[in-house]
Amino acid sequence: MNLAVRDIRHSLGRFTLTTIGVGMLLMVVMGMGGIYRGLVDDALVVTRGVGADLWVVQRDTRGPFAEVSRLPRSLVDRVATVPGVRDSREFVFHTIQREHRDKPLRMGVLGLGWPIDKGQRLLLVAGRPLAQNHFEMIADESLGLGLGEKLRLGKDTYTVVGITRWLVTSGGDGIACFTSRDAQAIQFDEPGESVRLERQARRDRAGEIDFGRTQPSVLERASGRSGNIAALPGPAISAVIARLAPGTDANEVQMLMGGWSDVTTYTQTQQEELLLKGSVDRARRQILLFRVLLTVISAVIMALIISTLTLDKLHPIALLKLIGAPNRTIVGLILQQSLIMGVLAFGVGYIIGLRLFPMFPRRVLVTNDDLIRVAGIVVVISVFASLLGIWKAMRVAPNEAIG
Amino acid sequence: MDGPLALETSGLTKVYGSGHTEVVAMRDATMRVRRGEVVALLGPSGAGKSTFLLCVGLINPPTRGRVSIGGRLMQDGSRSLGDLRRFRRENIGFVFQKSNLIPFLNAVDNVQVVGELIGRPASQARRRAMELLDALGVGPRARNMPTQLSGGEQQRVTIARALANQPSLILADEPTAALDGVRGRQVMELFRNVAHEHGTGVIVVTHDHRALDVFDTVYEMEDGSLKPASRA
Repeated sequence: MNLAVRDIRHSLGRFTLTTIGVGMLLMVVMGMGGIYRGLVDDALVVTRGVGADLWVVQRDTRGPFAEVSRLPRSLVDRVATVPGVRDSREFVFHTIQREHRDKPLRMGVLGLGWPIDKGQRLLLVAGRPLAQNHFEMIADESLGLGLGEKLRLGKDTYTVVGITRWLVTSGGDGIACFTSRDAQAIQFDEPGESVRLERQARRDRAGEIDFGRTQPSVLERASGRSGNIAALPGPAISAVIARLAPGTDANEVQMLMGGWSDVTTYTQTQQEELLLKGSVDRARRQILLFRVLLTVISAVIMALIISTLTLDKLHPIALLKLIGAPNRTIVGLILQQSLIMGVLAFGVGYIIGLRLFPMFPRRVLVTNDDLIRVAGIVVVISVFASLLGIWKAMRVAPNEAIG
Repeated sequence: MDGPLALETSGLTKVYGSGHTEVVAMRDATMRVRRGEVVALLGPSGAGKSTFLLCVGLINPPTRGRVSIGGRLMQDGSRSLGDLRRFRRENIGFVFQKSNLIPFLNAVDNVQVVGELIGRPASQARRRAMELLDALGVGPRARNMPTQLSGGEQQRVTIARALANQPSLILADEPTAALDGVRGRQVMELFRNVAHEHGTGVIVVTHDHRALDVFDTVYEMEDGSLKPASRA
């Protein structure tokens, strides 16, 4: 006869409510782990999604995800000539915030290296990759944009042709993918008045020098599009990403480019490490500390609950001792109840979490490894929680059943 | 009365406290109970009856003296608590003033648990528990929780539990105190039947002088001293 089960059945209502309470606490522990995993996964999804073997960034910067990196577009061709590089393309990434449907719309803008990269690597849940060089976008579903929806950004209007899932920045904002040209146009968009003032300023400066005064075409060029002035650089890109030919050692190519004094090169692994140790690290440590704290709180609460349940049973325990029940029977009664509560609470936490986590504004990624780890923690907590109750039970004398 | 001894005590003494706070609760208590014998233990409150039962029941060790149960010397200071507890669950049954049933077990489980504690398989322990409940007239109430039983029914279940390990000795501390006269007498007669049928020695602490004819022997305890009493 299992005394623990009989006792639970006897006070089923109270046990159930207590278990649900502990379960919700464990759900938060699981959730914290899930938020941490989600944070890491979100941070890595872009770097892994673009399929780069090498990241070439502005000299002495940590790449486009850690800080501003500006490179000339011509670097794409220079990287492509390095032995071992299969292809190279532009990488443009920045964050913008606009008003959409009277609500703030914050998004990461990712420039795809058209025509090599049309977004075919992305996990599309609806629609298609980009099919033209301009005015199309692929949006993450967290942005709330529908397929075919049009969005005006700067001076152009973009049509949503594809929808992705879980493509977000390390800050949790949904990402929209454009061709790198469009991404730059969005990044460097200036109001018409600002453009006019800049052109006027250029014309005034050209008029102040002899060359400008003697060459009318210089004045004409100065007041025209900046792209037509050879002396002005084109819009900068954030990084150049390179794919290597099969069998090529990334470290060798990295060493080769290490001689270039204007750029720094990172392998994919280094870029991921930079991301995790940089922008994500503090949030990661904060969540980890919260998780440890919650685990300790869960253990203390469970210990108090089991201890209270044991206090309610001191008379039956004294009675069991009186009729000669060995200590292992009494220890088993308390320990089994604690374990049953822990296991059921784990199940309750898991089931509630399964329904609740998808409603969270950021991704909560609960992996099987994490679940096994939490299950192990629950077993340890249950054993630890029962110790206080066992200690109290062991101090009960059999003659207390008689009084 | 002839037959093997269920209990033998000699020079049993219990002293609480020390020095000027010393209280002698029981002094040189000597008693012999044979198997199948029903013994009444009379005496006013505070006379030392419960102390005697606790010492004989291997719950409270005496300060001096010896206790032998079923011919085995148990209480001489040489046994560990674990030994005493094991012996208790295999050889002694307890019945108290309050029914003292385990509240989260139903009637049959309360009896069955003792059988399982002495190592019987669950099915055998349950069969034996049902037999005892039927024999004591509470079989139809076997699946009721203690709170669903009347005082008399609870006491019968407690007696069934005391018999579940086929003890050589049953100790009952005022088992009829919560019952009316008729039911009290029924319980006392039950003890006699149990003692005679199962060959169990039974010691019943009681204040109820109306049912003394049920007992084979009557002892009286006063100021910690035990002596045989007349039935007058």
